[in-house]
Amino acid sequence: MSSKRFTKDHEWIEVAGDIGTVGISDYAQHALGDVVFVEVPDAGREIAKGGEAAVVESVKAASEVYSPVSGVVTAGNAAIVDQPGLVNEAAEGAAWFFKLKLANPVELDDLMDQAAYDAYLKTLE
Amino acid sequence: MSETISGNRALQIEEKLIFELDNPGCVAIDLPEPAPFDLDRLGGAPRRGRVALPDLSEPQVVRHYTRLSQKNYGIDSGFYPLGSCTMKHNPRLSEKVARLPGLADLHPLQPQKTVQGALEVIDTLAHWLKELTGMPAVAMSPAAGAHGEWCGLMAIRSAHEDRGEGHRKRVLVPESAHGTNPASAAMCGYTVDSIPALENGRVDLAALKAKLGPDVACLMLTNPNTCGLFETEIVEIAAAVHGTGAYFYCDGANFNAIVGRVKIADLGIDTMHINLHKTFATPHGGGGPGAGPTVLSAALAPYAPVPYVVHGADGLELVEGKRDGAKPFGRVKGFHGQFGVFIRALAYIQSMGADGLRQASADAVLNANYLLASLKEDLSASFDGPCMHEALFDDRFLKDTGITTLDFAKAMIDEGYHPMTMYFPLVVHGALLMEPTETESKDTLDQYIAVVRGLAARARAGAAEDFKAAPRLTPRRRLDETLAARSPVLRWKPAAE
Repeated sequence: MSSKRFTKDHEWIEVAGDIGTVGISDYAQHALGDVVFVEVPDAGREIAKGGEAAVVESVKAASEVYSPVSGVVTAGNAAIVDQPGLVNEAAEGAAWFFKLKLANPVELDDLMDQAAYDAYLKTLE
Repeated sequence: MSETISGNRALQIEEKLIFELDNPGCVAIDLPEPAPFDLDRLGGAPRRGRVALPDLSEPQVVRHYTRLSQKNYGIDSGFYPLGSCTMKHNPRLSEKVARLPGLADLHPLQPQKTVQGALEVIDTLAHWLKELTGMPAVAMSPAAGAHGEWCGLMAIRSAHEDRGEGHRKRVLVPESAHGTNPASAAMCGYTVDSIPALENGRVDLAALKAKLGPDVACLMLTNPNTCGLFETEIVEIAAAVHGTGAYFYCDGANFNAIVGRVKIADLGIDTMHINLHKTFATPHGGGGPGAGPTVLSAALAPYAPVPYVVHGADGLELVEGKRDGAKPFGRVKGFHGQFGVFIRALAYIQSMGADGLRQASADAVLNANYLLASLKEDLSASFDGPCMHEALFDDRFLKDTGITTLDFAKAMIDEGYHPMTMYFPLVVHGALLMEPTETESKDTLDQYIAVVRGLAARARAGAAEDFKAAPRLTPRRRLDETLAARSPVLRWKPAAE
């Protein structure tokens, strides 16, 4: 069972210690289609829960990526900036968007686990 | 069929870039050799190398541009149902008027007393725009719709700053608004907050009220919206916005649906741009020149940008600075705006007359409803009709066919039509947005409807491979849009560079 937690806007976060890794879900990359441009936040940026953190643009649409929790960015993933196509290949793995130091871990409780997210996706069909 | 030896397809000629046609030494006009020239006269800036312009003969140049123009598909070539763009016929009468030497040969720096007629064109057009919207003022110089949005927002920002409310930094934009709205707000230094749409495609008034607050500068609403629907609660929306000290911006891109029927001022709107190249039938051009005059309420009028025309003691005058207590936020465009477009718009308005303008908006709505009613069994209509000026469908009718909205649009090209707008608005899945405008006849619409029905039937019959291979009959087949976006080649470079 994945330890990822998901938002209704299709971001995921995986936490190790007090550092969370954030990306967009496989469902999101599929809905977007071929990703052609990505912007990730710089280390040191303070982000509120639900705040705009990154940008992802596909041949069909441009979208914001919102932070599932609040915290301070520790790294942006330069690999997906150079190769936006990675988001289509490994959305829930190597194509993470940014890492952040959690300000308030209790916020994780508001997110969905894998089973709840899968059930949520079923309601969108 | 095997390819041709030349790569040409009958009269579709493979066209190189004009730089690739360069034939050094070739000339179109044989000028005499210049007399010996004293380089000192160039003020210490002699030419350092060859200017990289191609050498070509006159017939080469003429053929090159003629062939390029033949590859273009415009409203003069055929039906162009591009939703939200109002691709209507451009009357030739307007073109004739714009080419009158007394108008076409003017220079913007001529003394004002020698261009009274031109100032009268601007003033008379301004009069009609104010009359048709019921608004007291109009800024004529914005050069396009999004430029007009920015102009309206700058007036709002100036008004807030003027009364010490510069802290208002949030702009509310519904999901059904025009795509340029959030960009214009960001350009103006605002942050954008999105408001969801209801199941019926209209703004969620409760959600809007919840987002209003003392930091909100304005609401940007498109009416009729990009779902082709009239915002029925607009008067209540305006009251809610004004109640918190914010202003109400309306995107006038879809004004064509309501000209002569709704006065913008009656809706409580503070500012709205008008796309002359949509509503008043001036050419869209290749990305320009458009014109986006922006009407302003009494509260915003003092902040209108310069220049503007006033009636002075000795005739019409162009005001280019601060005057009479006005607080213009600045200038948005060189000279006086898109004058050539003003002439065409005024010619259109005056040749149509008040009754003609009213008829045009009614016919635009009628045509869109004819498309909606005719196609709702074949495609999937997103909302129950009636609609306003455009009909919105989504991709539910393609479910389980393996065919996407993009494939369907590409197949339209093979059938000789410019595709509808696709994947916009985002409020429905796989959108297909069609705007026929009033200038299309029933015959044209019937032919189009028959083609769309035929394609929909073909899609349901399982012809996914045919759709994936479209377009087949164009000079270029399916383009690799992903590669183009990921690795764009933005300019030609000579081989040696």
